[in-house]
Amino acid sequence: MVTRHQKLGLDDTTVLKMYETMLLARRIDERMWLLNRSGKIPFVVSCQGQEAAQVGAAFALDREKDYIGAYYRDLALVLAFGMTSREVMLNVFAKSEDPSSGGRQMPGHYGQKKNRILTHSSPVTTQVAHAVGITLGARMKGDSAISLVTFGEGSSNQGDFHEAANFAGVQKLPVIFFCENNKYAISVPTSKQLACEKVSDRAIGYGMYGKTVDGNDPLSVYEAVKYAADRGRKGEGPSLIEAICYRLTPHSSDDDDTTYRTKDEVSEAKKKDGVLTFAAYLREANILTEDIEAALEEKIKHLVDDATDYADAAPFAEPESTLQYVYDEKGEI
Amino acid sequence: MAVMSYIDAINLALHEEMERDENVFVLGEDVGVKGGVFLATKGLYDKFGENRVIDTPLAESAIVGVGIGAAMYGTRPVAEIQFVDFILPAVNQIVSEAAKTRYRSNNDWSVPMTIRAPYGGGVHGALYHSQSLEGLFSGTPGLKIVMPSTPYDAKGLLKAAIRDNDPVLFLEHKRAYRLIKGEVPEEDYTLPIGKAEVKRQGEDVTVITYGLAVHFAIEAADKLEKEGITTHILDLRTVYPLDQQAIIDAASKTGKVLLVTEDNKEGSVIGEVAAIIGEHCLFELDAPIARLAGPDVPSMPYAPPMEKFFMINPDKIEKAIRELAEY
Repeated sequence: MVTRHQKLGLDDTTVLKMYETMLLARRIDERMWLLNRSGKIPFVVSCQGQEAAQVGAAFALDREKDYIGAYYRDLALVLAFGMTSREVMLNVFAKSEDPSSGGRQMPGHYGQKKNRILTHSSPVTTQVAHAVGITLGARMKGDSAISLVTFGEGSSNQGDFHEAANFAGVQKLPVIFFCENNKYAISVPTSKQLACEKVSDRAIGYGMYGKTVDGNDPLSVYEAVKYAADRGRKGEGPSLIEAICYRLTPHSSDDDDTTYRTKDEVSEAKKKDGVLTFAAYLREANILTEDIEAALEEKIKHLVDDATDYADAAPFAEPESTLQYVYDEKGEI
Repeated sequence: MAVMSYIDAINLALHEEMERDENVFVLGEDVGVKGGVFLATKGLYDKFGENRVIDTPLAESAIVGVGIGAAMYGTRPVAEIQFVDFILPAVNQIVSEAAKTRYRSNNDWSVPMTIRAPYGGGVHGALYHSQSLEGLFSGTPGLKIVMPSTPYDAKGLLKAAIRDNDPVLFLEHKRAYRLIKGEVPEEDYTLPIGKAEVKRQGEDVTVITYGLAVHFAIEAADKLEKEGITTHILDLRTVYPLDQQAIIDAASKTGKVLLVTEDNKEGSVIGEVAAIIGEHCLFELDAPIARLAGPDVPSMPYAPPMEKFFMINPDKIEKAIRELAEY
């Protein structure tokens, strides 16, 4: 019998790697909460519930060449694009070696030039225009790289989303607008955010392809993003892919989500958690055997322990380095 | 050396930089086929084509934000905002993004981008085609703000801005575009960003200003010289970060300082110039620091008598210099 992933051209090793990336993100995220609740780190903003969407999307791109404009929940996405567990933990602990910002930004504000992960800020949706600019620059230089930029459904209301989507549509730039619809903009549900049924309905206004998929299923996301990437590379312009997810944790370590949603709703969502359902799929296909699963968990536990210890022991940047890198310190090119 | 207008010097700088470096490109509203509403980008579209001279949708935040992305990729965008009055939708992209990219990424990413915008009044532009908004952006570390007064400075500083590895807000006085003419070398040269320049030596009163007001100050100084009052004029050229040493030297030269801006008085960049003088020149001063600026009303009205009332001019500067000289 031909499996779903085989139909998509994915071999067993690749889907296992996808699962491993999702699981690594989940275990790092869980460790971040432990570190926060035990007073080791001041802040966590979580990826839980969005790993499947992020990994499905990342694996549909050329991870040696394409660019991503991440937002602050994209732990699994940046891991898939080459950021290591140690690098993530250095960011969480705000240490000097943190590749995202050297401890300058809050955790979760990822960026790493060598892996083509754009730096981003806390005012949401600004990164969308940057991802469009990346492809404009690439096209000018004859580079066929495409970009994928992520944002939440709340961010799809920002002017920058609409301005950048229109720009990309007019210029037919190969950008994948990837909405991780996790149903909540902090406390405000989709019903108070959107008057249209789906975020992907907005695609037509910008002359682009739009599609909504199940964000708990990395294979559905892979298929949609692959289609969008192929369109982009063929010169057919941008696409808007909406992955329906659910934010399994509060907005951040400073949020109490019981003030705006029920525990039952969260419990129901946890049953559809992509990390669990994709594991079940892989077990069914006899790819994730008990031995492999145990070995994976062991390997990941070791990685997370190592990353935590390393980052905890790593030095902070010198206080005086606060003054560095306001402007280029090397002078003109 | 050719004599050319301020806008022709800007146009020449753009032509030269686009020829010199294929990474340089222009984007903005009407900058392509039309060559810009003031014709600052005239001829670029025909010479360099639509891939490097991009007529964008009417959306300022995207013009700047897409430019930032292209700069992160490694090109050198020159974005035009049609009037500085229309730059406000792009403030988040300029202040939160372009200015902070290098710092927040610990020197990993950078935004080598120039944002050009015409500013200033005296052209019957009313509230939204007359403003001086440099005060809104000054005090944004990571951003540089250049405001040239002469065609020579405009060419040399625009070329320096385009070659700078950080974002530069390049503000051009729209009344100076065709009013101000001067000698401009046809060969390649750049001028240093961050350096003020003494435009005239004098002994009695120091005027520190920038942009079109430099010319008003020179006109006033010419008249006063006949009365035996000589004026020392410092052109800031870069209004952020300020050239502190040049300000201290110019203030100390005469001990009587007049600061001039076309912007509203409170919150303008000359307030910061006054603070620098206050910090460093207490014992050099022979009179209180004087400021001549637009009134603290929201913007410049359209009706000619009201516009004239708002605008600074040579007569107002002459009066202010004379008062200081007599102090």
